[in-house]
Amino acid sequence: MLAHATPTTIAVRVRGLSDRAIAWLFITPTIALLLAINIFPLIWAVYLSFTNFRANRPNAEVDGVGLRNYQRVLNDPDIWIAMQTTAHFVFWTILLQTVIGFALAYLIDRKFRGHAFWTTVILIPMMLSPAVVGNFWRFLYQPQIGLFNYIVSFFTGIPPSSFEMLGSVTLAPWAIIIVDTWMWTPYVMLICLAGLRSIPDYIYEAAEVDRASAWRQFWSITVPMALPFIMLAVLFRGIENFKMFDMVMLLTGGGPGSTTEVASITLKREAFESWLTGRSSAFAIILFVAVFGLANIYVKALNKVKQR
Amino acid sequence: MSSVNTAHSVVEPTPTAKRIAGTIVILYALVMMIPLAWIFLTSIKSPPDSISYPPKVVFTPTLEGFCNLFTTRTRQTPDYIQALPPPTGTCDEITRSRNMVIAGPSNYWPRFGNSLLIAFGSTFLAVSLGTLAAYGFSRFRVPLADDLLFFILSTRMMPPIAVAIPIYLMYRQFGLSDTALGMILLYTAVNVSLAVWLLKGFIDEIPREYEEAAMIDGYTRLQAFWKVVLPQATTGIAATAIFCLIFAWNEYAFAVLLTSGSAQTAPPFIPTIIGEGGQDWPAVAAGTTIFLVPILVFTIILRKQLLRGITFGAVRK
Repeated sequence: MLAHATPTTIAVRVRGLSDRAIAWLFITPTIALLLAINIFPLIWAVYLSFTNFRANRPNAEVDGVGLRNYQRVLNDPDIWIAMQTTAHFVFWTILLQTVIGFALAYLIDRKFRGHAFWTTVILIPMMLSPAVVGNFWRFLYQPQIGLFNYIVSFFTGIPPSSFEMLGSVTLAPWAIIIVDTWMWTPYVMLICLAGLRSIPDYIYEAAEVDRASAWRQFWSITVPMALPFIMLAVLFRGIENFKMFDMVMLLTGGGPGSTTEVASITLKREAFESWLTGRSSAFAIILFVAVFGLANIYVKALNKVKQR
Repeated sequence: MSSVNTAHSVVEPTPTAKRIAGTIVILYALVMMIPLAWIFLTSIKSPPDSISYPPKVVFTPTLEGFCNLFTTRTRQTPDYIQALPPPTGTCDEITRSRNMVIAGPSNYWPRFGNSLLIAFGSTFLAVSLGTLAAYGFSRFRVPLADDLLFFILSTRMMPPIAVAIPIYLMYRQFGLSDTALGMILLYTAVNVSLAVWLLKGFIDEIPREYEEAAMIDGYTRLQAFWKVVLPQATTGIAATAIFCLIFAWNEYAFAVLLTSGSAQTAPPFIPTIIGEGGQDWPAVAAGTTIFLVPILVFTIILRKQLLRGITFGAVRK
């Protein structure tokens, strides 16, 4: 029964549309839009993943190929390398963003003068377009003229033109990790701040009565109480960075070689350059299942932490 | 017999702790602002100044970057330029001093206009639809509500490129490729899932008794929704709107794959701004600066709602 939530005494007095009609009236447009733009394409992608369809040859005959696309994707060493590259990015960005973000939140929670203003300032990078900002960071990373190289050489004495952040096989992944951390640490910081603010004062007061040291309070109260929030931030950043595309595309385009080729870049190449629509759909479905499965396992762990 | 039971809280940090915390945070904020300051500085540099080494902090500001952003130019012989009537404006003058003449306007403003139309259009739609659906999910018992809500959220886990393949085919079929309408619908669909989740959290917080009281006073449910619930949900709606706006304003992957010309937004366009011999960095910086201004203004005006929205989203998953 749809209208059950309203007590009957009041429901009797309701004029005009019934609650059931209103519920459907309110929910249907959203469901319809999601069906048309999210669900239907998803089902179509599943269908395409079993065919040899190529989007640049719309008139060619389409054959079902069974599981062959999936087989090919899972046996393709390039795709496994892309998955490793993605995992590498996800690991380092999450580690850096969580450590710096939590530290910042902890400091801001000291409520120094002007903390609200500086919090807003710190938030600015995450409001910007990753593509537009990534493009400009390409300029900052130029070995001969870029500000980044100049500042690094100013502090370390290493000549600026001797290291090329975007052109070097070892440095290019770090160039992306730096920009991603610059941009998204504020996001982790905000969620951690929400976590710290949710810890009631009386717990610290009790610890103070017990003469627990500040260090002890930090590890026995602050960290465990904020942990669900930290884990939530890790989940959000993990899902987002698994999909990472625009920043990588504009900074390195996947190069040099394929050192920064993350899953989304491989997918774009297969789908919109090689036009292997069927095969890339299979890859997309595998990615979706992977992130969906990992996220689900993670959420279960998160719920356990929450219940403690 | 405890010395800690004073009127003020014992967890209040000492002034020294506050000062140290403040110094570190402010230093961090200032260092992180350097790239943004550099974008602005580059936008008012001349092209030679922008690529000089060491990087120039002191220079003569010029509008050349902005002129190059807004116009397309062609190279001419000095004799040809000499023979022209006197320049009609600053940009004309700057362009001629580089032995070029203005050929016409660039595509920057049309692309910027597309960004405005698509971002605000899709935000308005996503928030409107999202508010209605959130109210529906919050107040009525909808069959399979939890599954539906989870499924709505899970659509965001798919990489945009993966969704873009079938969307690309579908849009080609229906003539929605490279149209503002197609992009508005797409961004609305992407945002509405977040909007429903955020807004359901906010509406859950508004006591049902308000509407019930209004209905006892003779309002219909629709009137109660309109006159009682909506005003109460304004903060939540504002917070949700900023998130949708930030996403739609900044989106790149769908835009670069699904638009090529008339409906292209600014994020795929700005990186394509080139001068003679590679990217014209002052022009790119000028385009970037203008593009960042609206979102910066929004962030500052609505920062309170924004903070509430993010933390709310965090608390509620």
